[in-house]
Amino acid sequence: MKLAWGALAGFAAALAFLAICVVSLSGDWASFFSGTAAEKMGEFIVGFAHPATDPAFLQKLGYATLETLAISWLGTLIATVGGLVMALPAAGRWGRVARGLSRLLLNVLRAIPELVWAVMAVIAAGLGPFAGTLALAIHTTGVLGRLFADALENVAPEPHASLRRHGTGAVAAFWYATFPQVVPQLMSYTMYRWEINVRAAAILGVVGAGGLGQMLHFHLSLFQTSEAASVLIAMIVLVSLVDALSNYFRKRMTA
Amino acid sequence: MHVAASDARGMAPELRDPAWHGRVTIAIVFLVLLLPAGYLTEFNPATLWGETSLRALKQFVGSFYPPAASPDFLRLVLEAAWKTVAIATVGTAIAIAIALPAALAATRILSISRIATGRMALLPAVVRTGIRWVLIFLRSMPEIVWAMIFVRAVGLGDTAGVMAIGITYGGMLGKVYLEILESAEHQSATVLLQNGAGRLQAFWYAALPVSLPELTSYTIYRWECAIRASVVMGFVGAGGLGQQMELSMKMLAGGEVLTMLLVFVALVWVADLISAFLRRVLA
Amino acid sequence: MQPVAGPVPGDAALSGVRVAYATGDAALIDVTLGFAPGEQVAVIGPSGAGKTTLLATLACAMQPAAGSVRVLGVDPWKLPAAALHALRGRLFLAPQLPPLPPRQRVVHAVLAGRLPQWSVWQALRSLIYPRDADIAHDALARFRLEDKLFMRCDKLSGGERQRVALARLIVSNAELLLLDEPVSSLDPALAHHALEVLQDEASKRGATLVVSLHAVDLALARFSRLIGVRAGRVVFDLPRAQVTDEHLADLYGAELNASLQGLPDEPVAVPKLSRCT
Repeated sequence: MKLAWGALAGFAAALAFLAICVVSLSGDWASFFSGTAAEKMGEFIVGFAHPATDPAFLQKLGYATLETLAISWLGTLIATVGGLVMALPAAGRWGRVARGLSRLLLNVLRAIPELVWAVMAVIAAGLGPFAGTLALAIHTTGVLGRLFADALENVAPEPHASLRRHGTGAVAAFWYATFPQVVPQLMSYTMYRWEINVRAAAILGVVGAGGLGQMLHFHLSLFQTSEAASVLIAMIVLVSLVDALSNYFRKRMTA
Repeated sequence: MHVAASDARGMAPELRDPAWHGRVTIAIVFLVLLLPAGYLTEFNPATLWGETSLRALKQFVGSFYPPAASPDFLRLVLEAAWKTVAIATVGTAIAIAIALPAALAATRILSISRIATGRMALLPAVVRTGIRWVLIFLRSMPEIVWAMIFVRAVGLGDTAGVMAIGITYGGMLGKVYLEILESAEHQSATVLLQNGAGRLQAFWYAALPVSLPELTSYTIYRWECAIRASVVMGFVGAGGLGQQMELSMKMLAGGEVLTMLLVFVALVWVADLISAFLRRVLA
Repeated sequence: MQPVAGPVPGDAALSGVRVAYATGDAALIDVTLGFAPGEQVAVIGPSGAGKTTLLATLACAMQPAAGSVRVLGVDPWKLPAAALHALRGRLFLAPQLPPLPPRQRVVHAVLAGRLPQWSVWQALRSLIYPRDADIAHDALARFRLEDKLFMRCDKLSGGERQRVALARLIVSNAELLLLDEPVSSLDPALAHHALEVLQDEASKRGATLVVSLHAVDLALARFSRLIGVRAGRVVFDLPRAQVTDEHLADLYGAELNASLQGLPDEPVAVPKLSRCT
């Protein structure tokens, strides 16, 4: 019975917290369910039912889709290399100080969302897909670097120790004993991140970093709902395609 | 002693690496794909060292220090941070309100028609599949896209953020609730149904208690994600910390950006701690 | 370098050696042994007797708490770090569980034995296209595994993995070969054959061979000098002809009693593939 009372108290606390949250939000609920909002949503729905399909637009859309794919792919690739480089010190291979410092840097890269990095990248590299690629690469380096470092730290030490005992150099021992053990994890982490990054690449354009997001932002701002609908369809298709590809590669490479 | 025919060094067929051709092919495909990717992303690190962009970045980053700390600004930031938490919380509540009934209606373990025949009748099967499709639709678009649509439809503000979280997370929670309910032990629910209990009774007295800790734990984890998401959604005008951050970034007010980034990191960290604590209590 | 006073001058010698575990318990107590160049010796004894520690001490992998070690003419623990590492390139210790990364291919696992002789670039290039595949092939062929050259290590059975680790020893050009239970996962016929290959190789290159064995019959059949170890001490160190049933009963008596009391026996089963995905 004690447990039930605890659960009940927890539930009540959660409800109270929710109530405070509801009250503290600016209560434009009325406008959300107002006639004008409903009318506008209706317009959107009607527009979405008729996606734009004229050839010139579709060509632009196709290009933006490829651009998004390229951003996600290149961003993930750069992050894989960067993550691997950062993982070596972060796994404590070059001492405690290097480990602490590199982990701190990885945490900073990881804690700041892609979108915030994208805004800064746009300032540095100008509007366009290059900024998006940079933003993804920076944030993902933080994520993958941390995961790779943990994988390296958890590896079985015996193969490495045994090679070192025979007088093998540290670099060769790493590539012959430690690295082969973490390959499956590196692959599946990278593929998983690619899936996430293609979703991110699709929306980074909202702040001007290229790809489908930029198109969506543009057309939504002009209330061109049928064009926006086509962009959304392209996003969904691209994301499912990448999911399927990533699944296929992951299965093959970790089998 | 068996000795291999290894006089032709590296040429004997049994010494040829069978994986070599595959590796070369993969490397070539990789390189061939790299070129168009570089072209499409207008990949050109030199722009980073260009006169104008370097100056702009230097100016922006240079203005990061000192972080803005005037009492008025701090009050504004804390208010925005609280808004972010509120958006995430109310959004998650709406998501639960969508996901729980959907999972209840769509789960196979509460099927009554299944009991006698082992198969569901046609109509319930169609309804259940339909609900699953709706859930897929809800989570098919990132929350920020929903937020953009709602911002256009109802104007800037918190409500757009709340609804965006509610809809996307409703889809995600619904899917995971279904998985949790169906992977849990469902003998007791089946027994209740066989004894003539109603679907709701079987849910409250058998299916829910079995899976409650796992359901709650996943919901708390999602709440934590919602806090991150609601910051990001602010960038398209859906309220909270992100909206303030976007304003400051547009004005290149680095000190304000730094303060808000620090508050954001602290917020995520605290949410992470709370979520980890609650999930440990539940486990 | 000061010469170490050992009772038997030779390729490797331990004198009054005491080795302690990290817990402080003694693994070896007052061990004095000498191995002449090119000698082939079997170390036998019950589980936990200290056979593995003895080999690790000879391999300069464990530093004794007391006493002195002399390997290939020098005291390893008086050498500077670089010279010690160079010395290790002339030794080879094969642990009982073959330390092979599961997804590594056999060819690279075997050629890893040559790494001390390769430059870093040669080592990395070999990962892209195996160099000296013929050497790996011939080494595997001696253990009848040549058809496994390009297979992945995790696709092999325990016995095959053990022989791959031995093939690595063949491609190394070490002068002091230390093997810890090298045939524990092999059936008797294969075990005989594998030991024969190792002994041939050792005598061909004039290397000293020290093998710990769980199977006493193998030790008696293949080695002319036997060292019995129990509870961290050398119980006997005799030519084969002088080893009597009494010696053996003495050596293993304690273990028989222990196993009757339900203590775990030394694992002779298939080596576990740790972290195998």
